[in-house]
Amino acid sequence: MTDILNAIVLLLNFLVIPGIAYGCQLALGALGVTLIYGILRFSNFAHGETMAFGTMFTIIATWFLQSNGISLGPIPTALLALPIGILAAVLLILGTDKLVYKFYRKQKSTPVIYLIASLGVMFFYNGLIRFIIGPDDRIFTDGSRFIITAREFKEMTGLDQGMAFKMTQGITIVVTIICVAALFWFLNKTRTGKSMRAYSDNEDLALLSGINPDRVVMIAWILTATLATIAGTLYGLDKSFKPFTYLQILLPIFAAAIVGGIGNPIGAILGGFVIALSEVSVTFAYKRVIAYLVPESWAPEGLVQLLSTDYKFAVSFTILVIVLLVKPTGLMKGQSI
Amino acid sequence: MTFNLRNISMFAIMAVMFILVGVFNSWSTSLFILNFCLISAVMSLGVNIQWGYAGLLNVGIMGFVALGGVAATLVSIPPVQGAIAAGGSGILFSAFLTAIAIAAIYFAYKKLSGGTRKLTITAISIVSFFVIRYYFDPAVDAIESFDSAGTGNLGGLNMPILFGWLLGGLLAAGAAWLVGKISLGLRSDYLAIATLGISEIIIAVLKNEDWLTRGVKNVNGLPRPFSVPYEVDIQQSAYWIDMAERWGVSVVELSSLVVKFSYAALFAIVLLIILYLSEKALASPWGRMMRAIRDNETAAEAMGKNVTGRHLQVFILGSAVVGIAGAMLTTLDGLFTPTAYQPLRYTFLIWVMVIVGGSGNNWGAVLGGFVVGFFWIQAEPIGLWAMDVITSGMAEDSDLRSHLLKSAAHMRLMMMGVILLLVLRFTPKGLIPEK
Repeated sequence: MTDILNAIVLLLNFLVIPGIAYGCQLALGALGVTLIYGILRFSNFAHGETMAFGTMFTIIATWFLQSNGISLGPIPTALLALPIGILAAVLLILGTDKLVYKFYRKQKSTPVIYLIASLGVMFFYNGLIRFIIGPDDRIFTDGSRFIITAREFKEMTGLDQGMAFKMTQGITIVVTIICVAALFWFLNKTRTGKSMRAYSDNEDLALLSGINPDRVVMIAWILTATLATIAGTLYGLDKSFKPFTYLQILLPIFAAAIVGGIGNPIGAILGGFVIALSEVSVTFAYKRVIAYLVPESWAPEGLVQLLSTDYKFAVSFTILVIVLLVKPTGLMKGQSI
Repeated sequence: MTFNLRNISMFAIMAVMFILVGVFNSWSTSLFILNFCLISAVMSLGVNIQWGYAGLLNVGIMGFVALGGVAATLVSIPPVQGAIAAGGSGILFSAFLTAIAIAAIYFAYKKLSGGTRKLTITAISIVSFFVIRYYFDPAVDAIESFDSAGTGNLGGLNMPILFGWLLGGLLAAGAAWLVGKISLGLRSDYLAIATLGISEIIIAVLKNEDWLTRGVKNVNGLPRPFSVPYEVDIQQSAYWIDMAERWGVSVVELSSLVVKFSYAALFAIVLLIILYLSEKALASPWGRMMRAIRDNETAAEAMGKNVTGRHLQVFILGSAVVGIAGAMLTTLDGLFTPTAYQPLRYTFLIWVMVIVGGSGNNWGAVLGGFVVGFFWIQAEPIGLWAMDVITSGMAEDSDLRSHLLKSAAHMRLMMMGVILLLVLRFTPKGLIPEK
């Protein structure tokens, strides 16, 4: 019995909790992609860099607060600095919209032109970020590292395996729940939110009923920048901040948005968790879990790892391919194929 | 291209730029940039075939470039007999099993339907995964532990590297077929995202599968094509020593120039062949059909054209050209380093070249490759110089000054982004517009 409990705790500790935290980060990222897709109808390739940009300003504000001795005790100071990062990202993205995307909206360009423009924007942001903060790793986590340490857990339960619950993981989950609840309240209950959904569902009808398209687009960008900054900061707190990783995270985020059904916010969240949990569970080494569950003589020699962790992109890609082949509209009904 | 004064003078200006670099800097640098530009121009031609002819968005150019590099490497390096004896049969057997599994899945897909089909395909995939790994893993271990410091891989075919260029094209075409088959015919963004994914995976495979191309340990000392001499031979040949004396340069310098020039000649031949073929294709009925499809898919479909099929065809052709360019690049470097493949450098830079040059126009793509390639390399010294001038008023030990000087290298990313956005907005047809 204790062996089974130990195996469960081991799985929770190394697979479920990190998977859920990563899923939250992907879900927030995918929400941004899906919102822009729903309103402006293109896949925004600059989304990863938007995340990095917001995170960068959060980090700079965190450093400022830290150097003035301000902190939140056990909770990372970055949360206090988050509004600064969000503000910076919102300003940047609204400026970008005014200078770049607005023109193509007037021209009624095809989505592909938007997409190429977003590549140019990505290039620019990329240079800007490296110019300001440099290409290196930045660690900005402070406060206490754990909510429950592995040792405390062992003492509490008397099991061999400890379950550590990192502060950053707890924060990620709590912040994500708050953000998602606020977003859905906004989209479903407020007048502006309803007008956004109307615009996304049927642009012509929405325009006919007097919805101001510029306002809808502006709010979509503000929401996207906010979600991107929060997602980026949580990811940076949980792992570390390195500009390049935000370019790489674009693929799982797109995969999450498409798997869930692009343009559909609930789908984006579902997709985030599907991608994150499959990524973690396929690259997890099951050796120790199996060792608990089977008689000693059966214990496996190898790591019992399906794929090495370097192939995590392959996991999101494979899921993406399967969804494209089997159900191109995604798990939840997304926008037209 | 219409050979009007404007177009010819743009190529002439480009030539003058190279001469200026040669006169004021050094001919070695000039030839180095020329080689870089020639390869970039081939890549840009390949992307132009996809984007300019058919409006297909490939955001995974890097992956196809890398596949070309792998082909050049695997064709040219000598086989490692010990490793082949240790694990070659295991690898072959697992490849055989993979082929059987794919055939079985294909068969199940064709013959069954509904729930049974899904179940059978899932079952075949899972079982074959474990069976293949059972034979594959020990073979990989055996290969990688054989002389792991020196080789640790299976080695290659020991054939002339020029065959690798052809194989590089074929390999990239194969990958393109796979990606195109899955994502073409769906919404246009899906191809972009799928290519982004496949390129990341190709790079991940190359970094981790040590038995194939030594992973991050790199492969160096690739043999050169037959037409490119080695510096050592030139430095010992009486003819070139005599030449060096007559021209008043050291024989060491001359040898490096000769080598670079030989590469440039070879690359120029490839570029001209591909350019000729592309122009011919564009002017043919096939090219007209492609443009018709690009400009109005629905109308073309109504005329009985198979839009998805033609898209697949043009996507494969373009990727093959990019693969050839990738093989050329690895040949020029003489070494294969998977970590060198960065998306900004190998995917997005090529995009800037195509858009700046003029999408849909082959000469434009070539010019774009030259202009953007030239400035990509020259931006670093220019940026450093500009930063030096801007910061010259600041104190020598100022933190801001040292930060700005250190960050100058990132200026060119911003510059490329701005150039792309400006061209896309103000002259969306590029330097040499499509007729």
